[in-house]
Amino acid sequence: MNADDLLRQLFPAGHAVQRRGDLLAGSGRVDNETVAVVGTTNHAYIGVELALQLAAKVLAVVREHPGRALLLLVDTRGQRLSRRDELLGINGYLAHFAECLELARRRGHRLISLVYAEAVSGGFLAGGMQADAICALPAAEVQVMNLPPMARVTRIPLERLEELSRHSPIFAPGVENFFRLGGIHEIWPDSLAARLKAALGADAVTDQRRELGYERGGRRLAAEVARRVRERDHG
Amino acid sequence: MEHLDFDFPGRPMAPPARSGAIVGVVSSGNLEVLIEQAPLNGTCRVSIDTAVQGYGPIWQAVLADFVARHALADVRISINDVGATPAVVGLRLVQALEELQQAAR
Amino acid sequence: MNALRHSYYEASARQRLTVLLDAGSFHEFLPPAARVTSPHLPALGLPVAFDDGVVVGRGLLDRHPVLVAAQEGGFLGGAVGEVHGAKITGLLERALADKPAAVLLLLESGGVRLHEANAGLIAVSEILRALLALRATHTPVLALIGGTYGCFGGMGIVARCCDAVIMSEVGRLGLSGPEVIETVAGVEEFDSRDRALVWRTLGGKHRYLLGEAQRLVADDIGAFRATAIELLTTRRPLELAALEAEQARLEARLARYGDCRDAADIWARLGVPRPERLPLLDEAEFHQAVAPALAGTKP
Repeated sequence: MNADDLLRQLFPAGHAVQRRGDLLAGSGRVDNETVAVVGTTNHAYIGVELALQLAAKVLAVVREHPGRALLLLVDTRGQRLSRRDELLGINGYLAHFAECLELARRRGHRLISLVYAEAVSGGFLAGGMQADAICALPAAEVQVMNLPPMARVTRIPLERLEELSRHSPIFAPGVENFFRLGGIHEIWPDSLAARLKAALGADAVTDQRRELGYERGGRRLAAEVARRVRERDHG
Repeated sequence: MEHLDFDFPGRPMAPPARSGAIVGVVSSGNLEVLIEQAPLNGTCRVSIDTAVQGYGPIWQAVLADFVARHALADVRISINDVGATPAVVGLRLVQALEELQQAAR
Repeated sequence: MNALRHSYYEASARQRLTVLLDAGSFHEFLPPAARVTSPHLPALGLPVAFDDGVVVGRGLLDRHPVLVAAQEGGFLGGAVGEVHGAKITGLLERALADKPAAVLLLLESGGVRLHEANAGLIAVSEILRALLALRATHTPVLALIGGTYGCFGGMGIVARCCDAVIMSEVGRLGLSGPEVIETVAGVEEFDSRDRALVWRTLGGKHRYLLGEAQRLVADDIGAFRATAIELLTTRRPLELAALEAEQARLEARLARYGDCRDAADIWARLGVPRPERLPLLDEAEFHQAVAPALAGTKP
């Protein structure tokens, strides 16, 4: 789905979200509530410039609109793969973006993210995956890495990776698999405005993704392992 | 991957100070050796998961040599191996036993 | 008397903890004997490690109670899988209750364990969430980076969300490794076999000069220990004023160096005399050489 259609469906009451390059920013109306909107489009590669712009938009919301909910619209092919970005310290730029989102959360801004096209690796990790409610359209493409470079790094034959991708939720790209693993909270197949309204009304909670992964059968160990590290061997 | 199990009759040893110890890293050409006290009717039991198949007789020989040189009883040795040479295996076994016998910290 | 140097680079995760912490003080959570291994690697015909490549536990640092996690780079490049990640996340969550003097993260990782792909990415995200939650408390989290495999991928983002980063000159910190960039964008973009280029771009000296690492130490576990003790009182508040200052700092970095082709150009622009010789200097010589240029910029 393209950004214009998405915004129309999310905000039938009207929105003031603008696109500048790969950056989306502005606000939309949900009943009597104004929701801040920050995100990317054009399957953006996120480099140092875009990471800074995203962080700046989040800080502006915190500074100018205390308590306003923040909707992150995710469409990214991941971090920009360039020597220049590494030279300048892109990991630090993305860390700063993640810290800005945490600041917003801590100050009572409800954080919702919606993957509406693509979400890949580092571009998803620092932004959308930090939301309280991580949501996705069913047709969105969510993945860690394309299989050919993955085959090179892991030295597992591409054919074997492709075969595993057909059967395993641990491996395969896709919204359903991330959902089963607890990495996506909700899939939004329709009624986007209503689902957004419901998400806005939910209470903030701590990170429940391990528990979701267990309930949905995709990750059977993570919750238990973390609990054992937390709770055992005191004193 | 290949899984191998070996049992060796034990010989009385000084009671180890620690319940267990681990040495090594599961990386190429290396292995990790976990050695633990275990009630095994005096025997020494070795379990190996190795990334290189077909070396059962070599493992047998290296382990037999190790057991002959060092008194071991009621000891379980568990190994994750990624193609270590017999020399490296022998070294890690000795290191693991030394760790086990070090005074508890 | 100078104590014998113990290379951090050459040491295993366990060896690092033994020397880093007060003698005999380390107690491991979910030790190897618990055999909490990866449920996914056997399906790929790959060996497991009894600790899934990360050691977590508690100990004393100069008699101060600390929680620690040390990634073993030798096992699958220290990459984060379901169990590995959950151990670190659990440790960070434990710090909320235990309130130790600090959490020390000995990071050596390629990031997401591609063999566990989606579970690995979510695991890194959970580490990030738990770390950021801890940043609201008085417990500083220190990232120690100096191992063979560097600190990359999502763990490169985790490192920079810590209160401070301590690096040795042989350590590397970044987001995408040179091999991945070369695969995707070609050798002209990044020749991953040009070691000098790799260390100029990603290594401890450059990260220190850029402000991505707060301390640069010798490749010596004792030096990491002394610096960690020094930084027990450090905190980087996650508050609006602080993040706006960081925003300004990052914008200034981009404005000042955004057109630089190579790290040496950045060092030259920073005002370091004869920047081309920086890679050749040992840690003490390096600090001497860059101190005038950094005067007033380093906390």
